[in-house]
Amino acid sequence: MERRLFVLQRLSAMLLALLVFIHLGLILFAVRDGLSAAEILGRTQGNILWATFYGLFVLLVAIHAPIGVRKVLQEWTGLPASTINSVCWGFALLLLVLGFRAVAAVV
Amino acid sequence: MNSKQLSVRIWRGKDNGGLETYQVPARENQTVLDVITEVQRLHAPDLAYRFACRVGVCGSCAMTVNGKPRWTCRTHVKKVADEGVLTVEPLRNLPRIKDLVCDLAPFIDTWQKAGAPFSGNQTRQQPPATVDPNSKARLTADAALQCINCAVCYSGCDVVNWNRDYLGPAALNRAWTLVNDERHGQRQQTFDQAFADGGCGNCHSHGNCTRLCPIELSPSQSIAGLKRLALTGLDKRY
Repeated sequence: MERRLFVLQRLSAMLLALLVFIHLGLILFAVRDGLSAAEILGRTQGNILWATFYGLFVLLVAIHAPIGVRKVLQEWTGLPASTINSVCWGFALLLLVLGFRAVAAVV
Repeated sequence: MNSKQLSVRIWRGKDNGGLETYQVPARENQTVLDVITEVQRLHAPDLAYRFACRVGVCGSCAMTVNGKPRWTCRTHVKKVADEGVLTVEPLRNLPRIKDLVCDLAPFIDTWQKAGAPFSGNQTRQQPPATVDPNSKARLTADAALQCINCAVCYSGCDVVNWNRDYLGPAALNRAWTLVNDERHGQRQQTFDQAFADGGCGNCHSHGNCTRLCPIELSPSQSIAGLKRLALTGLDKRY
């Protein structure tokens, strides 16, 4: 279990590092003529590529972050393992829902 | 005659004890262990401390000297005394027994939990295993092999300090040598135990173990090796 989580967190981190760079590059590119909602929506709406990109982004974040938070809670709080695991499942779900909602809103 | 004096502050008692100061002559060549022995012989016959070989082979004289865990037999006073003051306390992260003596049982237990016992995969009727001394696995194991269980790294580890369920650098370093030992019959079990709750996933890579190891082993590297194996899996060739 510990090993599987460790591997999942490392692999998601490797992919996220790549996606974050693309995301940062996109931000620089997107604001070159000033930032407007219309311009952004014009690029993202109906674009399956960006939907997939940010969908994957959300999925990886929902895997990566709760595993790290679980470790922090284990080290800092001394709460029972089952409580910590439930909190982290809840956190993962929250990230998934909020993330996919945001992706759905712009595509 | 040299009249220079050295102030030695030594932990006396158990958890509720305190530092007591003794004066001994400052000599040109003296180790911390020499000084403690002098204090015990001349000033405090009831002072409890541990040593055996006095030459850095057995690892039993490890104590906290001016804040850092060290082998007292291999530490020259001149190198560590801060303005002529030496402070000697028991090792951190272990239950205290008396004065400078700790109970090493929790430390030894971590070795068992990390899957450290060697388990041969051949019978005595079979010929001895032929191990290529230049194979990658052997060289990797050799680099981490010389640990003598002195508990200096365990005492210096901050993760052990806040989480007593953590196995610590020495035990995980031992597990790493076994995982790379083709004669070890339970490599997978050792690896599983080294990665279970309290295992190498807890290491924060502070590197205190590597910085403090008296024989310059690198438990940090061994733990990093175990973590890497989590991604690649064990080498199944042997």
